[in-house]
Amino acid sequence: MLDLFQKLGHKTLGRFAALGRSTQMLFGALVNMPNFKKGTPLLIRQLYMVGSQSLLIIMVSGLFIGMVLALQGYTVLVGYGAEDSLGPLVALSLLRELGPVVTALLFAGRAGSALTAEIGLMKVTEQLSSLEMMAIDPLKRIIAPRFWAGFISMPLLALIFSAVAIIGAHLVGVDWLGVDSGSFWSIMQAQVSFQQDIVNGMIKSFVFALIVTWIALYKGYDCIPTSEGISKATTETVVHSSLAVLGFDFILTAVMFTS
Amino acid sequence: MNSRKLEILVGFFVALGIAAFALLAFKVANAGISGSGETYQLNAKFENIGSLKARAPIKVGGVVVGRVESISIDPKEFVPVVNMAIDANYLCKFSDTTSISILTSGILGEQYLGINPVIAADSAEQRCMGEKVTAAQDDAALDDLFGVESKALADGDYITDTKSALVLEELIGQFLFNQGSE
Repeated sequence: MLDLFQKLGHKTLGRFAALGRSTQMLFGALVNMPNFKKGTPLLIRQLYMVGSQSLLIIMVSGLFIGMVLALQGYTVLVGYGAEDSLGPLVALSLLRELGPVVTALLFAGRAGSALTAEIGLMKVTEQLSSLEMMAIDPLKRIIAPRFWAGFISMPLLALIFSAVAIIGAHLVGVDWLGVDSGSFWSIMQAQVSFQQDIVNGMIKSFVFALIVTWIALYKGYDCIPTSEGISKATTETVVHSSLAVLGFDFILTAVMFTS
Repeated sequence: MNSRKLEILVGFFVALGIAAFALLAFKVANAGISGSGETYQLNAKFENIGSLKARAPIKVGGVVVGRVESISIDPKEFVPVVNMAIDANYLCKFSDTTSISILTSGILGEQYLGINPVIAADSAEQRCMGEKVTAAQDDAALDDLFGVESKALADGDYITDTKSALVLEELIGQFLFNQGSE
C-alpha cells in the first residue's frame, strides 16, 4: 500500500521537476538580448529545416483533406438541397479547427521528431558539452533559433494548409460536383469573419507552435544519452505533443467559439 | 547547401505563407467590408423576435445597411428590444414612419431585419442634423397633408412600426382557433 503512494509521489515529483527543467530551458534560451547579426543566419537555416521542408507534406495533405471534406459535405448537404453551403462548411471547419490542428499534428511528426533526434544525438555525442567548453551557451546557439523557427513557421504552414485545402474543396465541389462557383465564394465570404475565424485560428496555431516546439526541444535536450534514450525521446515528442495539441484545442475552442 | 539557396527557399516559404494569408483574408473572409465603418444606433421593440440573433444583417431591399448589435428585454414593458448599428451614411435619412419587420431568408435560413424605408422630408432631415430650417425650405404643406410634423430618425431613436417574427406554433394555433369558430 505504502509502495503505491511512494510510486505516485515519485511520479508526481518527477513530472514537476521535468516541468521546471523545461521552463528553465525555455527561459534560458529566450530571455536574453537578441543578437540579430549572429542569430539571423542560424534562424534562416532552421526556418529552412522546419518550415520549407515541411511545405510539401502540408500542401499535399491540405489538398486531400479539402477534397475529402468537399466530397463528404456535398453528399450530406445535397439531401437538403443546401449544397450551396458547401463553401462556408469547408472554410469554417478548416479555419477554426482542421487547419491549426492537423498542421500541428503533421508538424509534430515531420519537424518535431527531427528536432528531438537532432538535439538528442548532439547530447549523446557530447556536442552540447563541448559547446559549453568553448564558452558558447548551447541554449542560445542551439535551442533558441530552433524554437523561433518553429514558432514562426507553424502559423504560416497552417495558413498555407487552409488556403490549399479550400482550393482543393473548390476543385471537387465546383469543378467536379457542379456547385455554383459564385455562391461557393459569396456565401463563404458572408459567413466567415476575419476576426472571429481567421485571427482566432491563427492564435490557436501560435499556441500549438509554442507547445509542439517546446516539447520537441525539451525532449531532445533532456533525453537519456543512449541510442535507446533517443528513440524513446522521439516517440514521446510525437505522442505528448499530439495529445497536448488536441487537449489545448478543446480548451481554446471552448474559450473562443462559445458565446 | 550554400546560404544563398537556403535564403531563397526560406523566402519562397514565407512568401507562400503571406499569399495564403491574403487569399484567406480577402477571398474567403472578405475583410474589406466587415462593418468597421461609422455607425449610429436605432432601437426597435418587438412582440416576439423568433430566432433573431446578434450580428444578424439589417437590409433595405436586400442590401445590408447594418447589423443587430444586441437584444435585450425592456425592464418595464417586458418586450424584446433590438439595438441596431446602422451605417452612418443613412443617419437622418429614414422618416419616423419607417417600418421594420423580422424576415427569414429561405426556408431553413437565418432570420434578418428588413427595413421598409420611408424617406424623410428634406426639412426633417435638416432639423435632425441640427441645421436651421428656413421658412422657404420648410415642407409645411407636406406636414399639413399628413396632419403631423414628420421627423427623421436620429441616433438612439426607436422605430415604432414593427412586425414580429412569424412563429409556426402561433400560426397553427390561430388557424385551428379560426377553424373551430366556423
